[in-house]
Amino acid sequence: MELVFALVIGGLYAAGIYMILRRSIVKLIIGLALLSQAANLLIFAVGRPGRGTPPIVAKDATTLLPPFSDPLPQALILTAIVISFAVTAFALILIKRAYQEVGTDDLDAMRTTDQRQHAGTP
Amino acid sequence: MFTIPAVVLTGFVASVAAPWLWRRLPRRIATGILVFVPLALFAYFLNLAGPVSVGQSFGVSLPWVPQLGITFSFAIDGLSVLFALLITGIGALVALYASGYLQGDAHAGRFYAYIMLFMGSMLGLVLADNLILLFVFWELTSISSYFLIGYNHERQEARAAALQSLLVTGVGGLILLAGFILLGSVGGSYDVSALLQNGEAVRSSPLYLAVLLLIVIGACTKSAQFPFHFWLPAAMEAPSPVSAYLHSATMVKAGVYLLARISPILGATPEWHYLLSLVGATTMLVGAALAFGQSDLKRILAYTTVSALGMLVLMIGLDTLSSMEAAMVFLVAHALYKGALFLVAGTVDHETGTRDIRRLGGLRRLMPVTALAALLAALSMAGLPPLLGFIGKELLYEAKLQAPATAWILTAAGIGTNVLFVALAARVLTAPFLGSLKETPHKPGEPGLSMLAGPVLLGLLGLLCGLFPYALGKTLIIPAVAATRADQTTLELALWHGFNPVLALSLVTLATGFAVFLLTGSLLRATAFLGRLRSLGPARWYAIGMKALIGFASLCTDVLQNGRLGWYLLTIVLASLLLVGYPLFVLIPEGAGPALTAPAFHELLIAVVILLAALGAILASSRLAAVAALGVVGFGMALLFVFYGAPDLAMTQFAIESLTVILFVLVIHKLPKFSKLSGRGERLRDGIVAAAGGVMMCLLTLIILRQPLDSAVTPFYAANSLLLAQGRNVVNVILVDFRALDTLGEITVLAVAGLGGFALLRLRLTRKERQ
Repeated sequence: MELVFALVIGGLYAAGIYMILRRSIVKLIIGLALLSQAANLLIFAVGRPGRGTPPIVAKDATTLLPPFSDPLPQALILTAIVISFAVTAFALILIKRAYQEVGTDDLDAMRTTDQRQHAGTP
Repeated sequence: MFTIPAVVLTGFVASVAAPWLWRRLPRRIATGILVFVPLALFAYFLNLAGPVSVGQSFGVSLPWVPQLGITFSFAIDGLSVLFALLITGIGALVALYASGYLQGDAHAGRFYAYIMLFMGSMLGLVLADNLILLFVFWELTSISSYFLIGYNHERQEARAAALQSLLVTGVGGLILLAGFILLGSVGGSYDVSALLQNGEAVRSSPLYLAVLLLIVIGACTKSAQFPFHFWLPAAMEAPSPVSAYLHSATMVKAGVYLLARISPILGATPEWHYLLSLVGATTMLVGAALAFGQSDLKRILAYTTVSALGMLVLMIGLDTLSSMEAAMVFLVAHALYKGALFLVAGTVDHETGTRDIRRLGGLRRLMPVTALAALLAALSMAGLPPLLGFIGKELLYEAKLQAPATAWILTAAGIGTNVLFVALAARVLTAPFLGSLKETPHKPGEPGLSMLAGPVLLGLLGLLCGLFPYALGKTLIIPAVAATRADQTTLELALWHGFNPVLALSLVTLATGFAVFLLTGSLLRATAFLGRLRSLGPARWYAIGMKALIGFASLCTDVLQNGRLGWYLLTIVLASLLLVGYPLFVLIPEGAGPALTAPAFHELLIAVVILLAALGAILASSRLAAVAALGVVGFGMALLFVFYGAPDLAMTQFAIESLTVILFVLVIHKLPKFSKLSGRGERLRDGIVAAAGGVMMCLLTLIILRQPLDSAVTPFYAANSLLLAQGRNVVNVILVDFRALDTLGEITVLAVAGLGGFALLRLRLTRKERQ
């Protein structure tokens, strides 16, 4: 099972890194999303999850008894998922607006703050 | 006990208040206040001179950074009183002079702010008893000098000169700081008064030479010693009152002050003697020789200032009783006559519109009072009796004759310098004021009282001190010498010393100097070829150094700050690979955790699907396909969460992933289509980097999972989830109870992102409205 996690984490990181290095802004966003998935899975794996052992206190017990998957990384990831959604949504709007203003999706063409490449201005 | 810090602080308070005073009050009252401040301080120090001259000393020490031995400590002795009187006295005259000189200047308030800042810093410098404190004030004087040289900031030359002086003195300041820290560690304290007790230990330390060199270099940059002298003539871009105040009378003497102050600690060794004598004598000759070739009034004065500073450093280097006496007397004499001459030069410039002595002449009839002040100052500069300059020159000769070694070389160099001084003094006096009146840009006339008071008073002081030297010696010179030397001085200043070798030297100097003055024209023609040597001078090296520095900086910017996001990310990724990879594979020992468990078939299947989907997201040629692939990755992740005991995560992931895909699809038609932007080589490079990153993260996961898990927090949640928070689902309990505030923060982030997105979308509408 460790091998499955390791492979998926490695694969997602590689895909994410490749995508954020692209010059297209849309690919950059997709790369960011992939990277956050990979990071979430890494945190999850560090908690040594076990098959079918959710961190829920049994009906007849007063405390959580082993074996259980670590609840702490899960709580962290839950927060991370929501936050990365917020970031992705914001980034999407940002690049949409940037594309409308600048008229290109090439990050290398967005190097200066002056308006030379401004699409709308004469 | 707070009097001395308050005195130092006064200048800084006045600096802050000056622009306000200038704006709000009538000019006369504002000037009055700004002249009164240094004048009051002058009175304070004059009042202290009496007690100090009978051996009393004043000091105060407040803790600042006790852990590092840095204290806010000040001490007043004869040397500081002498300097403080020069700083405040000339400061008052300059403040008065500037009110006339800068008449009609809209930014004069700013000028006074800088001048007062300088005065406070310079007072702090000469009163500080702690080396680090002294360094702070030292740098503050450099900074105020930068502001003042660049006062006419529209002029490109002024800005360049200001920067040059700041860089030269600033680099020197850093070297000085290194010297101070070394001295502090060798001598066991940063307090000068403590170091004075410990001089023997410092001199016998193996680090002595390093301390000496560093501090001397620092002092030499400030006091414009060869080969750092070039910034001072360039600094003549400053308004003339600034040249009179900072660049002749006070700031450039800070290095001399420092050397005199630490001479009991570092002095009296052959290294001290030869190093300072060599630097001082060279500067003295080079300065006088360079002054001879100038035709700008202020530049002549600047180069003779360089020369005079060289004499002072030479005297401190000789480190005998008579040389210290000579240094102190000449210091006062020079401050008086050079301050006066700079103010005169300022007046001439102000009235006629030029400082070129070839275009000036006959001003004595139009400006008789200024001419009188110039006469007094020039006579003192030439070293004629009965002015203070004469006494100073006599003492200089005496000290050189009594030098422990190389007396005849130094005496010869001294004669050469003084001959040139006589000739230059004659030229500075005669060229503008004698002869026939010449056509000048402005119509000249005698300036107002404010611009007459300074030069006349300084000139008269030079005469008075020359006529009554005993009083000056008793109240100021002897205490100042006593502060730098253990042996008692029996100096009695007098105009007439009888017929002796020194008098003979004086007569020879005067005669030769006058001859040189008469032959100025032909001498200049004969030495014109020397002008070509200028291109070899240190100013050129400075220019080359600056060019190289700026070139290097723009190279660094081009490489590191080139505006390409991909490049930045590549740097970050590569750096992370290195910084994570090295400790991961080299430093961390093999873990002894639980053995690996075999994967189940359905898990492998999900893994393959996720990886294929990630690959699909990369290779997709349409945006929609890429987003769909991204969604598949997310749902695959959710399945993994389901299998591995994380139902809450799985639910959240499903919900959020669906939302993300919907969001993408909604805006995707507004997004640019994919196009192949990067070439084959770039993709290959990025592919290799990405693969390396993936492999490293894969190995990282495996290595982590081989380490035993040791969580101190989880057991608490496991034990208390139901008992304390009444919840069986521990993940939920953590989110809404134990770490509820974090969740609130997370909700806030969502809200802010939503607001931000909304604002971004609205932004376009308002722009359209505006257009």
